[in-house]
Amino acid sequence: MTGANGSKKVMLAVEHLRAYYVMRYFGTQREVRAVDDISLEVGRNEIYGLAGESSSGKTTFVKTIAAAIRPPLTVVGGSIRYSFLDRDIYRLDRAALSSIRWRHLSYIPQGSMNVLNPVRRVRESFNDFALPHMGLPKQQFSNAVIAHLERLQLKPSVLDAYPHELSGGMRQRVAIALATVCRPDFIIADEPTTALDVVVQKSVLELIREAQREIGSSMIFVTHDMAVHANISDRLGIMYAGRLVEEAPTAEVFRNPKHPYTQHLIASLPRIGDNSPRTALTGAPPSMADPPSGCRFHPRCPLAMDICRELAPEMIAADPHHRVACHAVNPVVRPGGEQMFAKNLGQRSGLVQ
Amino acid sequence: MTEDLLNLDHVTRSYSSGGLFARTSFRAVDDVSFGLDASRPEIFAIIGESGSGKTTLARMILNMVSASAGTIRFRGKALATIRGRRARLDFMRQVQPIFQNPYEAFNPLKRVDRYLYATAHHLARVSSDRMDSACDQALRQVGLSLAEIRGRFPHELSGGQLQRTAIARALISRPALLVADEPVSMVDASLRMSIVYLFKTLRDEFGMSIVYITHDLATAYYISDRIIIMQKGRVVEAGNARTVLDAPQHPYSKLLKSAVLSADSAGAEETTGPGQGREVMSR
Amino acid sequence: MLKIVRDLFRYNREFALGTILILVVFGFAVASFFSPYPPLDSYVVPPDVPPSWAYPFGTNSRGQDVFWQLTLAIRNSLLFGLSVALMSRILSLLIGLVAGYAGGVVDRVLMTINDTFVVIPLFPILVLFFFMMHDQMSWPLLAIAMASLGWPYDARLIRSVALSLRTREFTAMSVFSGMSARQILVEEHLPYVLPIVFSTTLNNMNWSIGLEVTLSVIGFTNIETPTIGTMIYWANQHTAMVAGVWWWIVFPVALVIMAFLGLYLLSVSMNEYIDPRSRLMRMDSKV
Repeated sequence: MTGANGSKKVMLAVEHLRAYYVMRYFGTQREVRAVDDISLEVGRNEIYGLAGESSSGKTTFVKTIAAAIRPPLTVVGGSIRYSFLDRDIYRLDRAALSSIRWRHLSYIPQGSMNVLNPVRRVRESFNDFALPHMGLPKQQFSNAVIAHLERLQLKPSVLDAYPHELSGGMRQRVAIALATVCRPDFIIADEPTTALDVVVQKSVLELIREAQREIGSSMIFVTHDMAVHANISDRLGIMYAGRLVEEAPTAEVFRNPKHPYTQHLIASLPRIGDNSPRTALTGAPPSMADPPSGCRFHPRCPLAMDICRELAPEMIAADPHHRVACHAVNPVVRPGGEQMFAKNLGQRSGLVQ
Repeated sequence: MTEDLLNLDHVTRSYSSGGLFARTSFRAVDDVSFGLDASRPEIFAIIGESGSGKTTLARMILNMVSASAGTIRFRGKALATIRGRRARLDFMRQVQPIFQNPYEAFNPLKRVDRYLYATAHHLARVSSDRMDSACDQALRQVGLSLAEIRGRFPHELSGGQLQRTAIARALISRPALLVADEPVSMVDASLRMSIVYLFKTLRDEFGMSIVYITHDLATAYYISDRIIIMQKGRVVEAGNARTVLDAPQHPYSKLLKSAVLSADSAGAEETTGPGQGREVMSR
Repeated sequence: MLKIVRDLFRYNREFALGTILILVVFGFAVASFFSPYPPLDSYVVPPDVPPSWAYPFGTNSRGQDVFWQLTLAIRNSLLFGLSVALMSRILSLLIGLVAGYAGGVVDRVLMTINDTFVVIPLFPILVLFFFMMHDQMSWPLLAIAMASLGWPYDARLIRSVALSLRTREFTAMSVFSGMSARQILVEEHLPYVLPIVFSTTLNNMNWSIGLEVTLSVIGFTNIETPTIGTMIYWANQHTAMVAGVWWWIVFPVALVIMAFLGLYLLSVSMNEYIDPRSRLMRMDSKV
């Protein structure tokens, strides 16, 4: 799967996306740059993992690409192109959006209660969301749903249950079944296993994997948990303070992380059976209302140089499939021995070819 | 065994639920016994999933919830007999909690330092002129300083800073026992290990015993000396942390361990490819 | 604080209108101190003169200047409303916070008392009170009676907030910092219920002024103290509307409506501003 988007079709292309929270309280305006210039591509049949800590902007990114944009969140610039759409998703009106939801683009939330109506049986949630998009008569639709549940090894009897009668893990499985029943082209999964216990988490991850394979859709999988990424994502993007700092096939990220932040994240993962000391980063993630100048990681970075304080590094392909935004990884050394950086950074940046 | 610091003797806590007629009783903690030795500080991990009763157990050790049956003793004194403000303050001087969510543990409308000063005043009985130095000293033990914290509101500090401030506050009265309920689960990964380390330091350098409650086997393996694994209120396995986690005996412990997602399986991906099943635990 | 008021005034229309109304009403009350005639004296001016330059609101059938009498009446009504509100706030805060924080038996006992007060029919009780006291009836006494009836709804509201505060981790943190129950209630929990206290103060003033007017109009209070209610009472006694002395009734009614509207608008706009959630959102600069 490595290098999935080399020859294969691109399902989602995000370019220079900037989404800010613009707030006005009684005359004072405040801007929070939650997503600041992010570009990435997701190929067909690929699970693209997005990792980042709290307030790294990953949730905002998900909201933006799902076109769940409500004030104060505002898309300031950039584009979000899905293969099944001829324009940016955030430019669609309400009717056009609801016509692509579920059928082309679906969503697995952290809490399944967000999609399952607590006062209606599961069957009715399926009817509400999926029936209008399947274009099938009711009986056939019902058969299709049952067949789909069986493929995911869920008993059809869950359809007659109320959400509160199901355990948390079972509810999340139902939410996954609901998100996949229309065989969407693209699935957005936002921390779908974070609220679950470890034992359940593993089987839910397997279910997501299976469902994704079975319908052959693409997925963006967001979680802060690196161990979960190790077990589900094909490619991995690391976010820090609203920017993408590194992107590579998952195994590559874990084996050969290049950005100092990623290196730290990987190195600090505790493992059973391993007692070697871990290094801890100093400082804390910055406030997005007032981010540091230049590279946003520089106040905590062990490799910080003068340039890092001044110029924000671009995402540059260090390897064909490995992009990093770091001045220490992508320097240009002039004959004089002085470290300089490509004048034409703009030309070198961009997506993996 | 020498003097007990903490001793739980067949402790049970049941809650009843349901209406007037169909009342059902449910045991959140069911017949749990263990003891901590006063002369040998250790990190004692209680591991369980949600609903295992580990949080109820923590609250019972902190005397926030009373036991339905059995006795909890701290330094030989049953917690149920602690009555009156003076006795409670005396207990809190020696046993301090650390909570799960650092953003919730501080009143968002109040400055963070007030809790440090209150603890120094009421529990450590520090005179007002030595207040600042006592707080500063505690904050320096967790890698902060009073200058960084003074006058700040919770939203001005990061989760890691807040959690460390919470730990510093607990240290001011020099307690013998810390009860930490999921202290790192809400803390960002890049800050998590520094807090886990801190517990080790507290044990080794300050001789504090720590009851570390978590669902995370990996950090428990990393720092704890002994562990118990709880399922539905009962202890299913107990013993030396390394021994239990390296080779769990009880089926539930085995299940828990097998469910731990390991970052090492990212390497396995390379060979198997996405089409095949993947190995989840490599060890 | 001043900046907040200025911002509110500029950006919140309800607040601006409410402030203007209340300032006008307040201006009237303050003007009472400059009255050229002793307020309780009658026949100091020619009776039944319609509004004119000399007597802007006219004069009544008892030979009093309606304008100057109105200033004293609104002052008394506002003072009455404020004292009822303050007294009942103290009761509802005390009972609400303690019930919420203590929980268990204390909560159940206090809330049983609370609910008993909720179902007591206010109006008959107050009328009964008047017949019992009769000659000793004065407005401080009425204020105390109404304050002891006006707290239960808000006490329940405060209790529900206190109940949720009790389970917050910072409450446990305060306990383990050695703070006393009084300290936790006053310093940790009170800031969360103050917004409620603030907006209910305004509502409670509205309620008590309204009830006082109702009781006075039908003569169940001390009718010698000029309030908006007793003014209307005396106007009715002199059949002012029939006699064509409309200004005796219209001006007090208009002024009391302004007071109601102003208090209501202020309470609504402040509620929106002081609501702890929006307050936290403003404080919190993070995502």
